[in-house]
Amino acid sequence: MWYRSASFILDKQQEERDAVARPESRLLSPTSPISSMAETLQNPNPNPKISAYYQTRAAHHAVVTSDWLAQAQAAVGQHPDDLPPESPSVDSGKPFSVIDEFNNWRKQPDLAEAVAAIRALASVIRSSEATTMMELEIELKKASDSLKSWDTTSISLTAGCDLFMRYVTRTSALEYEDFNSAKSRLIERAEKFGEISYKARKIIAMLSQEFIFDGCTILVHGFSRVVLEVLKTAAENRKLFRVLCTEGRPDRTGLRLSNELAKLDVPVKLLIDSAVAYSMDEVDMVFVGADGVVESGGIINMMGTYQIALVAHSMNKPVYVAAESYKFARLYPLDQKDMAPALRPIDFGVPIPSKVEVETSARDYTPPQYLTLLFTDLGVLTPSVVSDELIQLYL
Amino acid sequence: MDTRRAPRAVIDPKVRQVGFFAPPGQAQPSSSPPVSDLSPSSNSLSPVMIPPPRPVPFPAVPLSPLRRPSAGESIPVGSYNPSEFASPTASFSEEAPSPRRAHRGISRKFASSLPSGGFDFAASKPNNFPASSLKTVSVVNTPPGVSAFPDKKGSKAAFAEKDGGPSLEVQCEQSASSKSLKEKTSKAERRALQEAQRAAKATAKAEGSKAPVVASGEVTATNAKPVKASKAPSQKNDISSVVASEKKGGDRPPEKDRKKDVPQPRMQFDDKIRVEKAKKRAVVKQTEAKHRVELFRHLPQYEHGTRIPDLESKFFQLDPVHPAVYKVGSRYLAGDISGGNARCIAMLQAFQESIKDYSTPPEKTLARDLTAKMNCYVSFLIECRPLSISMGNAIKFLKTRIAKLPLTMSESEAKATLRSDIDRFINEKIILADMLIVRHAVTKIRDGDVLLTYGSSSAVEMILLHAHELGKLFRVVIVDSRPKLEGQLLLRRLLGKGLSCTYTHINAVSFIMHEVTRVFLGASSILSNGTVYSRVGTACIAMVAHEFHVPVLVCCEAYKFHERVQLDSICSNELGNPDTISKVPGRKEINYLDDWASNENLQLLNLIYDATPSDYVSMIITDYGMVPPTSVPVIVREYRREHLWI
Repeated sequence: MWYRSASFILDKQQEERDAVARPESRLLSPTSPISSMAETLQNPNPNPKISAYYQTRAAHHAVVTSDWLAQAQAAVGQHPDDLPPESPSVDSGKPFSVIDEFNNWRKQPDLAEAVAAIRALASVIRSSEATTMMELEIELKKASDSLKSWDTTSISLTAGCDLFMRYVTRTSALEYEDFNSAKSRLIERAEKFGEISYKARKIIAMLSQEFIFDGCTILVHGFSRVVLEVLKTAAENRKLFRVLCTEGRPDRTGLRLSNELAKLDVPVKLLIDSAVAYSMDEVDMVFVGADGVVESGGIINMMGTYQIALVAHSMNKPVYVAAESYKFARLYPLDQKDMAPALRPIDFGVPIPSKVEVETSARDYTPPQYLTLLFTDLGVLTPSVVSDELIQLYL
Repeated sequence: MDTRRAPRAVIDPKVRQVGFFAPPGQAQPSSSPPVSDLSPSSNSLSPVMIPPPRPVPFPAVPLSPLRRPSAGESIPVGSYNPSEFASPTASFSEEAPSPRRAHRGISRKFASSLPSGGFDFAASKPNNFPASSLKTVSVVNTPPGVSAFPDKKGSKAAFAEKDGGPSLEVQCEQSASSKSLKEKTSKAERRALQEAQRAAKATAKAEGSKAPVVASGEVTATNAKPVKASKAPSQKNDISSVVASEKKGGDRPPEKDRKKDVPQPRMQFDDKIRVEKAKKRAVVKQTEAKHRVELFRHLPQYEHGTRIPDLESKFFQLDPVHPAVYKVGSRYLAGDISGGNARCIAMLQAFQESIKDYSTPPEKTLARDLTAKMNCYVSFLIECRPLSISMGNAIKFLKTRIAKLPLTMSESEAKATLRSDIDRFINEKIILADMLIVRHAVTKIRDGDVLLTYGSSSAVEMILLHAHELGKLFRVVIVDSRPKLEGQLLLRRLLGKGLSCTYTHINAVSFIMHEVTRVFLGASSILSNGTVYSRVGTACIAMVAHEFHVPVLVCCEAYKFHERVQLDSICSNELGNPDTISKVPGRKEINYLDDWASNENLQLLNLIYDATPSDYVSMIITDYGMVPPTSVPVIVREYRREHLWI
């Protein structure tokens, strides 16, 4: 029944390493300008046609649970759940690479990609050998650029890097006369930011509790760690609620979520993605996560979110989005196609004739008018406040 | 992420005041509980709502001792103590301040249907009251503020307004009683109390609507309490209590300052007396057009064609107006300069000229005299053509610069500073802003797009040309409309650069829209609620595009943003020459409307602008980036003080 196995994923990673195009990628549209840009940069994603972001998500949240994956990888000889070293050994002579550091952090399935990036950037400051503020800033900029170019399809990674730069460098510390104190101040800020980002999920879970009332039915789409945290907290608070999980094709992240919820003894029902409208009348609210929150207040999220929001809107059900503030991105898509494409292979189980085109986009954009509220670590916001926050941060 | 938000807290709250704001003290989330009761009333007061002429600041002091304790004690009302919650007055006093304004009409109606109910009750009230509330009555009567009332009666500055007073009294009563409720109450007592309060409310309403003199005469005889309410003689003192309560908020700016903030009301041209006065002052003699459309009578409309010769003949009499300004004004009048940016730049350059030739008369200071001169120029320009919002903003900028000149600065230095300031404004706020807009907007044009634009917007033209230079493959649809046919000029320029264009009139917009992928529009101004104020017809285009799910992008420099809110195109607009819509150029045989002016029953409406609701706008492209229409007030708030006015 489960087509996808751990070995499948490992095979895929092997393939990625070998940069061998899979037969499906023949169907993919020509390389987007952005990914071609990524190739020109020094550390490109091995296979730019496939969104690394969604690859990671699939690896972490798809049907194969992380422990399964851990076992499999342990067999291969890696230990993804091992904590990466606190500070990389700079003095060992080996040049420090922010990508390595990032990958190190990223292997923890519980750690969001942006938080991993933030931590990696923090360690850049720590290990920097710069002697002037300007030098340090340039170094940091370079590191964040290489991180961003590592995966251009991940909005939270880009946004997280940008926000980190904003947060860390936008401080009066730069006017300190002593470089070392200024640097330590920067490190302090960087760590604080990392900490805040790490705790964001907890804050969101606390904020959203008031909205979950006893006896409600919640529809969730895909697997979102924030939403899981929200539901987990609600279950811990002894709220009585029921969850409808969509399947979340093609990587079936919904199955994972239903699995986790069942462990918490939350009544959960699994739907196929196309049954959303059918079961919407029994739903009291829709909870979704977000890959990125854009300036209009809309969200970019896993494919299918838009149609769920549309259905919910037409039936007057509230749509709540749980998203950490490091996902706020300075993007403004006008429509679905107005985004950098993030593609991923889809396994249909049967071979698809080569004449048939497959829509492989991994995400869609939900405009703000279909969202009710955003739960972020900045508070519970209406979609229009997102732009307010972004303007204040960036301008 | 509190730490990231920290800088916001540091920001002086004054900076963050946009159109509607609570007084700074209450804008802070940490407002102390005693104020909480008052805040709604002062919140409801937006500067827009204050009518500007208010002669005397109201002596609100006596009120405060009376109200403060009541506010303090009514905190339990807010908490969810069920017994208090159930009482209707509790909810009344909670809401009382804010809906007061709205309910006035209703209360008046209500009272007229029940003319004497209030008085009956007033007479019987003492009997109904339980002991505890009798005590309340005495409490209410004791504060010094109340004893001071009779003295105030004569003066206009009565502050207990016709339903503010009673509500206040109810509040006192209620707070006192809520205290007593907690001590000990039987059900019957509570009921009696409730009844009493309800009736007190009715009394208040009834009395409020009575002619004040009569009411005061009658009521003085019946009861001591209602006297207070009815002692408020003036009818228009709705404001006064608000002012009073807000005074107690303490941190409102003084009267004078606020008056400055309040925009002067625009001249309403259906107000005969003021129009006459204005005419006497006017430099340009203008004959008003006949047969104006009823709804738009408040807007100025003149016979076109009569004014330019008149202005020309007066050239040598107009000594206060600088020739450069005169030239610009006459060009406005003739319609040579149009478009928000062009008009604004022309005006600023004329001002620059005039500043260059300016010399301070003896015994006057530069700041004051130059401001007066500017005012004179501006009123001249207004006579030529009503100012656009962008020009208004530019003038405001220039005036603040003049006012901020240090007194010690020498005249030549001051003049140089001002001229460079004007240059900077033109460069940064208009030219550079346009370049930024172009840079942002080009990212939204993809190969294969069909872009629709309406009329002729300089920003949109630059965007299209730049995108073409970048080698993007797209097609342009230019939609135009009579009578100005501005699109033809744009069409000519675009064709000259080799763009592929389609030209059509607005009548065909619903047909052409299905093939369009983006709509780019310019704007004369964007208002705080996201309303786009632009050339007439824009709203129609935006609406059709919205209906077809085509994204609408509005390109507008941030200096054209305004904190005003406008819901329709009626209250502020400009009327064009009605003759232009009655005639069709080049078609002599269409002459059905030739002598329209002689027909009493015919009115022609040639509107210049319209207001596009923000719902139809997908994105606003401004020099600060691409923002949703909901973020206009944010930009106005964040940049008005620091950047926009430099």
